[in-house]
Amino acid sequence: MKLDLSSLTLATAAERLSRREISSRELTEAALETIARTDARLHAFLTVSADEARAQAAAADERLARGEPLSALDGLPLALKDVFSTRGVRTTAASRILENFVPPYDGTAVARLRASGAVFVGKTNCDEFAMGSSTENSAFGATRNPWDLTRVPGGSSGGSAVAVAAGQCLGALGTDTGGSIRLPAAYCGIVGLKPTYGRVSRYGIVAYASSLDQVGPFARDVRDAAILLEALAGHDPLDSTSARVAVPRYASALRAELGTLRVGVPREYFEEGLQPEVESSVREAIAVLESLGASIEIISLPHARYAIATYYLLATAEASSNLARYDGIRYGRRAGGAQNLAETYGRSRAEGFGAEVKRRIMLGTYALSAGYYDAYYGKAQKVRTLIRRDFDEAFARCDVLAAPTAATTAFALGEKLDDPLSMYLSDVLTISVNLAGLPALSLPCGVDGAGLPIGLQLIGKPFDELSLLGAGYAYEQATDWHSQHPPAVEQAP
Amino acid sequence: MMRFEPVIGLEVHAQLLTRSKLFCACSAAFGAPPNAHTCPVCMAFPGVLPVTNRQAVEFAIRAGLAAGSTIAPSSRWARKNYFYPDLPKAYQISMYEAPICIGGALQFSADGVEKRVRLVRIHLEEDAGKSIHDAQADASLVDLNRAGVPLLEIVSEPDLRSAADAVAYLRALRSILQYLEVCDGNMEEGSFRCDANVSIRPAGSDALGTRAEIKNMNSFRSVENAIDHEIARQIEVVSGGGRVEQETRLWDADRQVTRPMRSKELAHDYRYFPDPDLPPLVVDAAWVEKVRRELPELPAARRRRFETELGLSAYDAEVLTARRDVADYYEAALARHRNPKALGNWVMESILRIVREQKLDAELCIARWPVAPGDLADLVAAIDDGTISGKIAKTVFDEMVTSGKPPRAIIAARGLVQVTDSGAIASAVDRVLAAHPDKVSEYRGGKDKLFGFFVGQVMKATEGKANPKQVNELLKERLG
Repeated sequence: MKLDLSSLTLATAAERLSRREISSRELTEAALETIARTDARLHAFLTVSADEARAQAAAADERLARGEPLSALDGLPLALKDVFSTRGVRTTAASRILENFVPPYDGTAVARLRASGAVFVGKTNCDEFAMGSSTENSAFGATRNPWDLTRVPGGSSGGSAVAVAAGQCLGALGTDTGGSIRLPAAYCGIVGLKPTYGRVSRYGIVAYASSLDQVGPFARDVRDAAILLEALAGHDPLDSTSARVAVPRYASALRAELGTLRVGVPREYFEEGLQPEVESSVREAIAVLESLGASIEIISLPHARYAIATYYLLATAEASSNLARYDGIRYGRRAGGAQNLAETYGRSRAEGFGAEVKRRIMLGTYALSAGYYDAYYGKAQKVRTLIRRDFDEAFARCDVLAAPTAATTAFALGEKLDDPLSMYLSDVLTISVNLAGLPALSLPCGVDGAGLPIGLQLIGKPFDELSLLGAGYAYEQATDWHSQHPPAVEQAP
Repeated sequence: MMRFEPVIGLEVHAQLLTRSKLFCACSAAFGAPPNAHTCPVCMAFPGVLPVTNRQAVEFAIRAGLAAGSTIAPSSRWARKNYFYPDLPKAYQISMYEAPICIGGALQFSADGVEKRVRLVRIHLEEDAGKSIHDAQADASLVDLNRAGVPLLEIVSEPDLRSAADAVAYLRALRSILQYLEVCDGNMEEGSFRCDANVSIRPAGSDALGTRAEIKNMNSFRSVENAIDHEIARQIEVVSGGGRVEQETRLWDADRQVTRPMRSKELAHDYRYFPDPDLPPLVVDAAWVEKVRRELPELPAARRRRFETELGLSAYDAEVLTARRDVADYYEAALARHRNPKALGNWVMESILRIVREQKLDAELCIARWPVAPGDLADLVAAIDDGTISGKIAKTVFDEMVTSGKPPRAIIAARGLVQVTDSGAIASAVDRVLAAHPDKVSEYRGGKDKLFGFFVGQVMKATEGKANPKQVNELLKERLG
């Protein structure tokens, strides 16, 4: 019988690999076969690296045969958002400007997974340069939500979320600058973790907003997220913002019991615009935590309402500088027919960048301009400090905060494409966490009337991913939402 | 007619002598084939991040302490954004609002007058690569070997009042950086570069005039000529009823004028902001103290010591201490043979000439010099103990330079030992006098000038080896 990756997790697949019941080759072929069967509809992948994956699987099988696996991830098929620099494998950031760019180096997260023996089946679709909330801003076409092909998977790491949800791989990496892991995890009914800023090295991820970007895993359940985080986390001498903080053994620390846990419920995250089913599912999930022994307290994050404005000044300011290197000189797209240097720059960037990227570059350039800097960038930095203080005060009384990941379930393709502001508001519940540099976990906690998944967001203290994973794991043991799968997606005839 | 006072401030960029670049592990060495010293980081590939070179920070601390600056416990890297093909990230990582060294001053002597110029700041930044526009007709080329090489920017207050003082300040600053072994100070190769802010004001006024920034000066002479020209130009503009524009001007060394940069080369809004890829640069007090303890004696202190302890003239002390390697060399020779004045003259007249002629100027490296300090000491000792004359010593020195042999070996091998045997000298004197009876009569008749002729003849007869003092004495005695 054919192997169905949807029925496996990283943990169960590793167990079966170690018992020699299955091989990495079989897992990898199953992933490649599922991609071949479903991706014309889902469009989760921009590049499928079948040859490399098969070679990695063969090497893993040799190690497993010798009884010398490199780690709990050895031989397991994973996918990478196409902002991770992969040596020898095209890395586009879903942009025309990098359409044919093949990096000469592996970033740190990729290198660590490679050293763990993981098999990379391909590079997943995303919003161009990770700018967006729906994966519709990809230069190479949108990704579709496997729960409903007329809906978006969320973004920006939509391809990675879909690949995990649809059984195209067993786990995936994304990046989260304003919610880009948690939102698609919620929309696709899987687990997504945004670690503390500095927990995972940013070396080798195409930078969007350096002070906010963070690498994190997508997984079928919390244990898998813990396994992936353990492989990724830790100080990296190549990233000066990566923290020198000890990394716990996350996976082995997970317990079904919650123990004493003080859960804060931020009032502001349950205000206007919340889809009723989202509110009821999240409140129900909080009640489950309470029944497991948690104490619940309503808290306030008074500056939360400034988060979107603050984010769109700081993130775009950083982006305007980070994306200036795509100038058509050393690599990437260079427009033909330019008569001079200014034209080379202008045309290459005009042709290479999509509308949303251009919009953010212009916003950020403006925010940093002489005469505007203090009013915009400078002010936003001050508000960022206030937002961080809100959380400090909350965490003086709570261990974790619980809230919805998104105000609604997945919206329809095209619904917000012509309305950037309404698209920006999709991130209203996730963005503060990035501004404060905190870890946050999104996990499935229900479905709405249309059967679309709802995400519970747990927010933790800096470097306390363990409390999030612990609470999430205990919640999973008491509920069944994580084992729901989207309906089978078959190739269009 | 109105008298004007020039007001000058200088911005110096000194390339640091670190082995690797400021934010990656690539070699910072000069002279490699184009783009040999590059990697994904300094080529700004997608996803790369900078990591600060600790040695560069230490060099900045060293320079700051030498100038009496305050070392900031926490400084901040900033991005200076502009597009150019030799700037791979399209921003330069520099320091803006929070530099590593604040304040300080430089003391130096110009024409024997002690001067003091205050510093605004010293900060670290990375260099850009090099654009080559004239190698190919239809394309410009980019060499990124220099991209990311660490620079120290030293900004002075507008305390200078003449082009000559500006050059004296630059020489003193270069000398300090060389003493600290943080910069080789080579202006031609561009490792020590200078921009000048020049304005004028009515003599006696305290207000600052509108300044022009002068760039593209790649020698001390250029700096002096450019500033002098710019002062004269501004005086002419103002005297003619015009106003000085705030602008950037380039020194054209061929035409000996400053000319405005084309408009597209200026008016950047650099959109500085703190670099989010780099945390604040924290320098703790223990590090500063460690660097302070390790500071070498600086040129001003050494100059005073040479004057007071060795009895050298102010001028000699200045020349001998301008470069640390020269002063070290001089002191090494002095340790072997203590004749400060004579050794000083030899170092200034002979060694520095070789350094100039063989273009060893770029090297802060005594090992590459042709004559070891001990050998020079031995040569002077050989003069002082009468083994050879000063005249013969020059011959011996030339051979030391070409052969590298020690002086005593050359003297022995070539039989250059001075003749001090008074019998041998006396017989040579007698032979000369016997051979020129007519000249002897003329001399005795009052033609004193002929004395030199007799000395010359005796030296010729002894192949230059006769002790000149003894020759003089004997001739005087014989000629009565």
